[in-house]
Amino acid sequence: MNQIRQNLPAIILFVAGLLLWELLVVLLDIQRFLLPAPSVIWQAFTSNLDRLLHIGWFTTKEALGGFAIGCGAGILVALATARWTLANETLMPFAIAANSVPIIAFAPILNNWFGVDNPLSKMMIVAVIVFFPMMINTVRGLTLVDPTIIELMRSYAASDFAILRKVRLPNALPYMFNAFKVAATLSMIGAVVSEYFGGNRSALGVFITQEAAQFRFQNSWAAIIVACVVGLTFFLVILVVERLSIPWHSSIRNRAGQ
Amino acid sequence: MGESIVTLSKIGMVFGGSSGSQTVALQDIDLRIAPGEFISLIGPSGCGKSTLLRVVGDLLTPTSGQVQVNGKSTHQARLDQDYGMVFQAPVLFEWRTILKNVMLPLELRGVPQNQQRERARELLNMVELTGFENHYPWQLSGGMQQRASIARALAIQPKLLLMDEPFGALDEMTRERMNMELLNIWRQTQTTVIFVTHSIAEAVFLSTRIVVMSARPGRILHITDVDLPQPRGEQSRAETRYFEIENAVREWLRKA
Amino acid sequence: MKQLRQIISILILLLLLAVVWEGIKWIGGDPWRVENNPFGIEHNPPWRFKVASDLNLPHLWDIGASFSKPSRRNGPPLISVLIQAAFFTFREAVIGFFFGAFLGLLLGILFAHFDLLERGCMPYVVASQTVPILAIAPMVIIWLKAGWVSVAVIAAYLTFFPVTINTLRGLRSPDPRALELMRSYAASKWAVLWKLRLPAALPYIFTAFKISATASVVGAIIGELPSGIRDGLGGAILNFNQYYISGPGRLWAAIIISALVGMAFYLIVTLAERVALRGRNLVEE
Repeated sequence: MNQIRQNLPAIILFVAGLLLWELLVVLLDIQRFLLPAPSVIWQAFTSNLDRLLHIGWFTTKEALGGFAIGCGAGILVALATARWTLANETLMPFAIAANSVPIIAFAPILNNWFGVDNPLSKMMIVAVIVFFPMMINTVRGLTLVDPTIIELMRSYAASDFAILRKVRLPNALPYMFNAFKVAATLSMIGAVVSEYFGGNRSALGVFITQEAAQFRFQNSWAAIIVACVVGLTFFLVILVVERLSIPWHSSIRNRAGQ
Repeated sequence: MGESIVTLSKIGMVFGGSSGSQTVALQDIDLRIAPGEFISLIGPSGCGKSTLLRVVGDLLTPTSGQVQVNGKSTHQARLDQDYGMVFQAPVLFEWRTILKNVMLPLELRGVPQNQQRERARELLNMVELTGFENHYPWQLSGGMQQRASIARALAIQPKLLLMDEPFGALDEMTRERMNMELLNIWRQTQTTVIFVTHSIAEAVFLSTRIVVMSARPGRILHITDVDLPQPRGEQSRAETRYFEIENAVREWLRKA
Repeated sequence: MKQLRQIISILILLLLLAVVWEGIKWIGGDPWRVENNPFGIEHNPPWRFKVASDLNLPHLWDIGASFSKPSRRNGPPLISVLIQAAFFTFREAVIGFFFGAFLGLLLGILFAHFDLLERGCMPYVVASQTVPILAIAPMVIIWLKAGWVSVAVIAAYLTFFPVTINTLRGLRSPDPRALELMRSYAASKWAVLWKLRLPAALPYIFTAFKISATASVVGAIIGELPSGIRDGLGGAILNFNQYYISGPGRLWAAIIISALVGMAFYLIVTLAERVALRGRNLVEE
């Protein structure tokens, strides 16, 4: 009940926005190639449903694969470097600098490496995109530990491994979940955008650009909505997993209103 | 004095600044502590009492002098898990429930799970936190959190309990109640306590001896024997002797 | 002292990267030799990796050399073409950044003051970031006509989100007691905003600016792709990608310049942050 009331303004805005959009398109007689009405997009969606689901799933697999590779590598590198302050001090500015590189520019190169049709080329782009935020956040979580906690553990003669397992890793979890959330949306966008430089015909990004090139914009829009829904779902799944796995964390208990 | 659990001889501690600016935190500290004593370290801010506590706990290595705990080096004592530490902040792990927090030192020692649980329940009962086992730290008040951290420190039956202004952040009422509870725990467990504090009243009420320290360089100015009769209770705070000792300590602190 | 060490270690890291790069080519690349040399250096790698071929992983010196060669027959050297393209893209990114930052600040301030507005709009601000921007870029370009304005709008679309989120967080960051203090002086909403909330939010806002600086460059490059604009780095990447076989070094050169533009913008914002927040605690990203 409370949930509904909390989200009521958003729901009202959604419905009102759709109605207004439809009305404006009809009243102002906006050309279909400029902006198709929601009803037209919905029609395009239902009549292409099978194909959209097929290509949507294809691109989702690329995003998921890239997410897994990139996040896995980011966590491993963070674990390996967080132990040595020197490696840490070297790698962090480097990682931050590398994070400001428009990685999408590498898409053509990776297409050449792994083959344009090979989903692996898209997965690698996604992996590189999510790698840096993942690594940077994990290193922060592993290192930004209350120094008194380390003193406490040392007073019990705890080994470095015990400190890692019982202190550093749990401390890093909230940071890692923040990175997972960023990576979730980035991975879907990354997959679609990397498909712009060529890709399998049954990929979402290729479909969007091809349909747009042939002025069937309603089909492009339907595909865009598929991409958004997948991205949002991915994000929400991470949100739910976060709530279940770190119920003690402040950002969650504040949201619970306690 | 017969056997001693802590022996400090000629302890010096110098913190070196990079450009030659050095701070002498401790100088010529000699102190012997007998088993079962309750020693308070008191002095102005920056007199090195927390540093001294960390030297005993092997969290800092002194630049000169010798420390022995139980006839061993402090390092060995730490490896043998002879210490229990309580800080000014409760330092509970926010990702563990209260019960799990108290179980931590037992876990690190490799005690079987069911015994960990049993012992932790016992301790939570002693500090009157029964019923809060499955709460997370943020769900407890400051005083309750500090009680949980004392329970954690006692979990492995430490030979030496090191307390760094444990009640400094609590209000006066809670602090007095916690003092009473600490006295009861000390009597029950018969551990040796080294207790850093800013409060003269607290020091006099709790201690068997009070070590008054001076600042820069930190050294021992005077050691006051507190000869208030044991067991102490709220009535002790009203005794004339209590005020006499309090005034004596205050006099010494003024000279510090 | 620490900074010097960091710079040196980054240089060492780059050197290491170069060694690995050429090392892979040494083990599994195409055979190569240095001509016009009395000793006639020649190397024939024992293996052939597809990834390490001269086409897929050109020699570093070939990439370096391609900067000075003309990109077109009788044209100016590639480096001057790329620098021009970099400035073109950088301008789009900066304009997009200012659009986006302004919009983000505005939204953040509005959301902080009107709870209903936040609850109504926030889900869509979040959802907007799941839209693959490249997909709507062609439509933006049709709406606004092909040109750098539409590219800047696309850059702004990627910029406004982090700024909105962090502005909102920053405006809500002041200690409740500080807010009570302001209320005890009967300070107006404006005064609270200008004297307390915004200064408190500045570190958060600059953190967002740093993320946005990068995002706006990405947005500008992506925006150029479907727009037909060939004067910027996005156009250069697309162009050199098409003719990759005849000169792989050029695409790599374009990518290196894009990376430098991204880092340069990040660095500029970081310097602005240093100046604006002298003597304050910075927020970790």
